[in-house]
Amino acid sequence: MTATSTPQSALDLSGLTVRLTRGAEIVQDIDLHLAPGQILGIVGESGSGKTTTALSLLGFTSDGTEISTGSLQLGGSQVRIDDSLRSLRGSVISYVPQDPGRALNPSLRIADAITDVATAHSRDGDPHELVVRMLEAVGLPSAEEFRRRFPHQISGGQQQRVLIAMALVGDPTVIVLDEPTTGLDVITQKRVLSLLLRLRDEQQISMVYVTHDLAVVAQIADRIAVMYAGRVVEQGSLDKVLGRPRHPYTRGLLASIPDHARPRVLDAMPGIAVGVGERPTGCAFRPRCQLSVEQCAVEVPPLDPIEEGHEVRCFRYKQTLQINPILLQPQQNVGDRGRRTVLRVEGLRAEHMVHGGDPVVAAANVSFTVHAGACVALVGESGSGKTTIARAIAGLHPIARGRVLLGDEEVPSLARRRSVEQRRRIQLVFQSAAEALNPRRTVRDSIGRPAHVLRGMGRREVRSEVSRLLDSVRLPARIADRYPRELSGGERQRVAIARALAADPEVILCDEITSALDVSVQAAVLQVLNDLRRDFGLGLLFITHNVGVVATVADEVLVLQRGLICERGSTTEVLENPRDAYTQRLLSAAPSVVEVMEHWGIAEGTTPPA
Amino acid sequence: MSAVVETSAAPVARTGGFRWARFLRSPQGIVGLAVLAFVLAVALIGPLVAPHSLSAPVGVPASPPSPGFPLGTDYLGRDVLSRLLHGGTSVLVISCIATAFIYLIGIGVGMTAGLSRSIVDPVLMRIVDVFLVFPPLMLLLLLIAGAGTGVGILIVGIVLVLFPGVARIVRTATLEVSTTSYIEAAVARGERTLSTMRREVLPNITPAIIADVGVRFSAVIILAASVNFLGLGEKPPAANWGLMIAENLQIVSSNIWSVLAPAIMLALLTISINLLGDAYVRSLGRTEPPR
Repeated sequence: MTATSTPQSALDLSGLTVRLTRGAEIVQDIDLHLAPGQILGIVGESGSGKTTTALSLLGFTSDGTEISTGSLQLGGSQVRIDDSLRSLRGSVISYVPQDPGRALNPSLRIADAITDVATAHSRDGDPHELVVRMLEAVGLPSAEEFRRRFPHQISGGQQQRVLIAMALVGDPTVIVLDEPTTGLDVITQKRVLSLLLRLRDEQQISMVYVTHDLAVVAQIADRIAVMYAGRVVEQGSLDKVLGRPRHPYTRGLLASIPDHARPRVLDAMPGIAVGVGERPTGCAFRPRCQLSVEQCAVEVPPLDPIEEGHEVRCFRYKQTLQINPILLQPQQNVGDRGRRTVLRVEGLRAEHMVHGGDPVVAAANVSFTVHAGACVALVGESGSGKTTIARAIAGLHPIARGRVLLGDEEVPSLARRRSVEQRRRIQLVFQSAAEALNPRRTVRDSIGRPAHVLRGMGRREVRSEVSRLLDSVRLPARIADRYPRELSGGERQRVAIARALAADPEVILCDEITSALDVSVQAAVLQVLNDLRRDFGLGLLFITHNVGVVATVADEVLVLQRGLICERGSTTEVLENPRDAYTQRLLSAAPSVVEVMEHWGIAEGTTPPA
Repeated sequence: MSAVVETSAAPVARTGGFRWARFLRSPQGIVGLAVLAFVLAVALIGPLVAPHSLSAPVGVPASPPSPGFPLGTDYLGRDVLSRLLHGGTSVLVISCIATAFIYLIGIGVGMTAGLSRSIVDPVLMRIVDVFLVFPPLMLLLLLIAGAGTGVGILIVGIVLVLFPGVARIVRTATLEVSTTSYIEAAVARGERTLSTMRREVLPNITPAIIADVGVRFSAVIILAASVNFLGLGEKPPAANWGLMIAENLQIVSSNIWSVLAPAIMLALLTISINLLGDAYVRSLGRTEPPR
């Protein structure tokens, strides 16, 4: 093959297929194009093959996989996609890995980590001067004191900047970033994103930005490629993909993203994403698609250009705009109908004991009331004390001061001192669904146990109750005999919710229950919770760091900063008119995908002309 | 767009529960069962089919195998084959009882300490440490010197020597499990400690325990054999594979089989237990979610 690309191209990938060494394809027929000084966002949910694709751009495959076809041009010259790319890694194309906390060598000082890369690329010049220049380029302090720090002595956002600095050392033309801001709080995320934009504008560096978060991509990408089940299903410039999305999956994703700027009813896609090796023939999205026709089951649709700079892999793309509108219906307040109080917290204070020192205050003077059928959200960054508050209410953490009341009845601090009835009325759903269920117990065992212990149900009653509960979280009854490992993340979290419901509680404390889930799964879980409030008058305390989720579920918001409530009010009030400086920063840093969509022409409830 | 959501076509092959089919399909399971069956048969049926008395001399001491005595005779002229066939019962009984008590006490102490989060944990573990710092044989000899010899004393001694290791392993495994959300959920719904241990902790530390059983069982047999070797366990003329190795060491050059045959039986027993433990852990399947 000869180099045919125009000099305007920074990266051209065509026909990439990566497969397991024996068998199934992980990604298929990937074509990507990236112009100099552009940012390409690769978006997909877990298992879509986005990371595999990104690593292939560096000629890297993980163990047990191989690149079977594909051709790659970097800066106009043809390269082989294999280990021979090693010589170009760092100098032409470089990589910023996921999870900065684990990507940095904990025993190397920051300056040494950066000079190491320089040595590997045998860069001439003063290493000291280089480190200072790199740190300044990524907006970090370049003082001697800072350079001598170890990775654990700097924040997560600073760690991510150090990794970006390391990627810049070799003066690459392309940087591949794998989920660079996942795990960072929104304010830090915003700083990293503006750094990337600055690097793009000032140094004309092209970037491939891999993420599951369409809202983030909407803030910085010039082009977007949406991946599903190993294929690019829609690709084009930002204005095309977000202004007039055509693939049913893209549209489903956009309808699933909670948005604080435009609170709306989420519309969850049915079904779950298929894994490697279990993809159906024809279009992989067909089983979840409302528009599918016979042809979709037989043939894989081609990635067709439907207009200038917009490609869609769907036979029915002409129909999507009419049949499958993206709902932008504003969120209705479902709660606050009954004024019956189910949970009252007064002046709660919780502390962490420190060995041989003063206790650290995790939360102080926290008061709020949850009414039946209402949802109170507790928002704050990691370390703000939100989880400790939930644990204290559930009786898992001692209450240092203040009271927790169920109805009018004060409950003892610790769960083992509470009565069965009191324990039944408060239930907790945990952050990590993978850890919340005993891996050696079946779904039936896990869900049935609270019904037996807290409601005194016999074996037969428990059996029918489990089926009913699975139905109420929209899971089929047959999964009752499965073990947690056999379920997907979203299914596990719904089983955990069903377990909480098995106690027939009055209030459920939800601790970051959707933060580990893909957006389409998150939308389904949030829908389930809204239905439960409406149908059973369940009160919710929803703990999250995601203001978009708050906008979608909560009636009332408490903003928490370092254990103290800094702002409180009705959701609409706080989101539209934040008064506290911290809340304002939090809201302005949170990305809104709907604002971008509206900017590019999508209007509420209607669709732009095709 | 909100019908009942289809479940994943997740791999069902390796799941959270034990499956006999998986156990029997593994080579370790089949070989382990076969070898154990052979050793059990020798130990249980052996005394019934032994051709000669286990205590009366029947020939010239220390003579090599001959048509009448397939494994030759021992240092007193008794038939090695007959003593071999008689000698398995007490080995099995002693080691099974001792192992059972080791795990009963070890698991109880370890889980209580691992879950307690109070002064109970350090107190229990320091007691365990006291037993751990004694050299095993010295502890046994002290016990025998104080309480006399006998099978019961032997078992108590073995348990005291070997339970601390189990308690430590169980405590560590329990600590790891005790921070998970499903334990928190059990605490929040007010489960009794015993029920939390049995339902939530035990199934999740079983792999760690089973992996330990093979090694620990071997240690029991070796410890029992070495006590017999010192002549402090069972008294001659009782037959016992450990005792046989000990008493015939002096004539190993004349009739190697008087030592080798009981040694092989002990080796087969420990190997089979190790294989079975291995097969069990493998057939439990993984519990971590697929990535």
